Amino acid sequence: MADYKYVGKRLPRYDGMQHALAKTRYVNDLRYPDMLHMKVWRSPLISAKILNIDTSKAEVLPGVVAVVTHKQVPHNRYGAGDYPVLADEEIRYLGQEVVAVAAVDVDTAMEAVSLIQVDLEERTPLLDPFKAMEPDSIQLSPIGNFIKFDGNPYRQILKGDFESAIQEADFVVEGYYRTAAQEHCPIETQVSICQTDGMGRTHINTVTQAVFFNQGTIAAILKKPRSKVHMIGGVLGGGFGAKNDPHADHIAAVVSLYTGGRPVKWLWTREEEFVASTHRGAMHMFFKDGVMKDGRIIARSVRSIRDGGAYILTNDYVVAKHAFGVAGPYNIPNVKVISYGLLTNKRPTSSMRGFGLFQASFAFEVQMDRIAKTIGVDPWRLRFINAVHDGDTSATRAVLHNCALIEVMQAAAGRAGIRLDEELLHMASHSREEV
Amino acid sequence: MARQRGTGIAAVWYPTGMSGGGDPSQAMIKMQPDGSVDVLIGSVDIGEGARSVMRQIAAEELGVPIELVNVTLVDTDSSPLDTGTFASRVTHQTGNAVIQAAQEARQVLFEVAAGQLGVEPQQLTLQDGMVVVRDFPEQAIPIADVADYAVWTERRLIAGRGSFGWAPVKVDPETGEGEPLHNMAYGATVAEVEVDTETGEVKVLKLVSAYDCGKAINPLLVEGQIDGGAAGGLGSALLEELHPYYPTLDHYPTGFFSYMLPTAKDVPALDAVVVEMNSISGPYGAKGIGEMTANSQAPAIINAIYDAIGVWITDLPATPEKILRALEAG
Repeated sequence: MADYKYVGKRLPRYDGMQHALAKTRYVNDLRYPDMLHMKVWRSPLISAKILNIDTSKAEVLPGVVAVVTHKQVPHNRYGAGDYPVLADEEIRYLGQEVVAVAAVDVDTAMEAVSLIQVDLEERTPLLDPFKAMEPDSIQLSPIGNFIKFDGNPYRQILKGDFESAIQEADFVVEGYYRTAAQEHCPIETQVSICQTDGMGRTHINTVTQAVFFNQGTIAAILKKPRSKVHMIGGVLGGGFGAKNDPHADHIAAVVSLYTGGRPVKWLWTREEEFVASTHRGAMHMFFKDGVMKDGRIIARSVRSIRDGGAYILTNDYVVAKHAFGVAGPYNIPNVKVISYGLLTNKRPTSSMRGFGLFQASFAFEVQMDRIAKTIGVDPWRLRFINAVHDGDTSATRAVLHNCALIEVMQAAAGRAGIRLDEELLHMASHSREEV
Repeated sequence: MARQRGTGIAAVWYPTGMSGGGDPSQAMIKMQPDGSVDVLIGSVDIGEGARSVMRQIAAEELGVPIELVNVTLVDTDSSPLDTGTFASRVTHQTGNAVIQAAQEARQVLFEVAAGQLGVEPQQLTLQDGMVVVRDFPEQAIPIADVADYAVWTERRLIAGRGSFGWAPVKVDPETGEGEPLHNMAYGATVAEVEVDTETGEVKVLKLVSAYDCGKAINPLLVEGQIDGGAAGGLGSALLEELHPYYPTLDHYPTGFFSYMLPTAKDVPALDAVVVEMNSISGPYGAKGIGEMTANSQAPAIINAIYDAIGVWITDLPATPEKILRALEAG
């Protein structure tokens, strides 16, 4: 074992004390001369066609410096190419941004927003992902409601032969699980300060978790090379996945093109965060497992449906990651997974801590206990019997190494004061020989 | 009387880095003329302590006192590219990049010092802030002297570059065959709960979680991650629901008065256990557990509720209303 001087040491956090003493300067603490404040007009309807946008009254309000609609966005699509920076033809979710205003102070910006007139033709919203799957459903996008994976309307995982194996099982255990939609709730809401200088460079004080990812996204929206989008970040008050997709930066960056070089700041309220930021989409999971009397799970099928919200964003990534891992940390020879992501008229869902496997973990672990109760095997034993070992293959047939499911269960049981059978205590992930 | 106790377990896994790969992290290191070090990274510290971990790695590899190591914030004008702080990737991907950058910088340091000491670079090693000739430890020179000599006399820049990340992975479109998930980490939680069968309220009494993060580069921060995850997981299990009348948006919450997060009152005694099953790819064997530490509590709590009162709540969160309805349905 290497002898390290710093690695493995319980050192205090490098920047911990300044956070604890409230000395850290976050983006919201920054002040620039001539700084403007931004507010946006958000849709009060869940689904609508945009008939007309009239900003004339807002434009002449004293103190208003810029009023920006989709017409002023250099390239008005991002994400998977489907998401407008500012809504142009339609509203797909409650709170969707349509017009942005920059003014000398927040109150003036809010007053200007109240003077904007947007004519909307209300449509019936599509909120249920199961309804979205039906052939006669309202179609939310030109490519339909199903998010695509390599051209398919699903991400599928097939290993072994589920259909034959389920016939041979002593027990068939089924379960339905649903995880809720959740908001990330970082302490710091979305905030951005943007300024476009006389050389055409846009400087952005950002709270993003993914600075370079967003640099690329914003450069494409502004139709500028990356080197003309200067992002300064690294201090943020929590994220939990809420700050991977652009929320404030991209719209504030566009507005900064129209303020004559004055910096513009956009701070979201908590209500905006709750209503209009990305969130964790609800997920529905249907399990059907074939189990032998001795506890071995020989077949597992999972069908999962994600309520993806109005635009694709990272939904395809989340659904795929879910599908890859949802069979769980168990050595199951026959697996069939089919996972769907559906567009609905909810605000876009995207990344949140756990990326599709939070949902999967809830489902496959409650399912394990249900199996245990159904067949009369201790829940700990059931997990040990089926746990992955080094050299096993995952559902995608990747060889696993450095497995530790057995060891973490032994450690958790030990610390919780649960006495495991000797046989379980002697198991190890690196080999089945020691069982 | 109406309060029933139960215990539940859940065991989980989670990959390190982006599913499907294609997530580079780059790092640069430069040494100042006084021997102090700037580590330039492109991933932000989201509160998990990424800067602290990168500082430990750089100090380890460069053999300089950790007090002399600065880890920069992110500025696209100077920081090298990094995919970002998500997907439990920074310790592993950026950590590996920092090791590479430190090794390259160390090589330049050795080349300069070799000239000063009249030996070959490969004869040198680092020890307590000194560049030392391996077989003749009495021949040594402070790193600061080498750094100073490099700048003013040799006109060399002591710097290094590193880059790491999973290569993009394609899986079979019909069977999913491939290796989209890398470097799996594992975790388990034991939950103890008390359920009031008259009110439906669940009180979590204890959460014990053991997580395998491979080599723990800073165990204190790992334990913090496990404890923080426990609070988040408890919220998912019992409290948080953005669409209370799902799938409609009726009565959607607009603030913390209508969307309940766990408070200090809700969070029980926490116990975090660090298990180190070293990986083959990580810096010193590390894996990423940033996100997954919030994944094991909800199933453990739901299993504990079943243990206590014999009903399955399979639709999160387990609100008092759902528990009473389930009890009523028998």
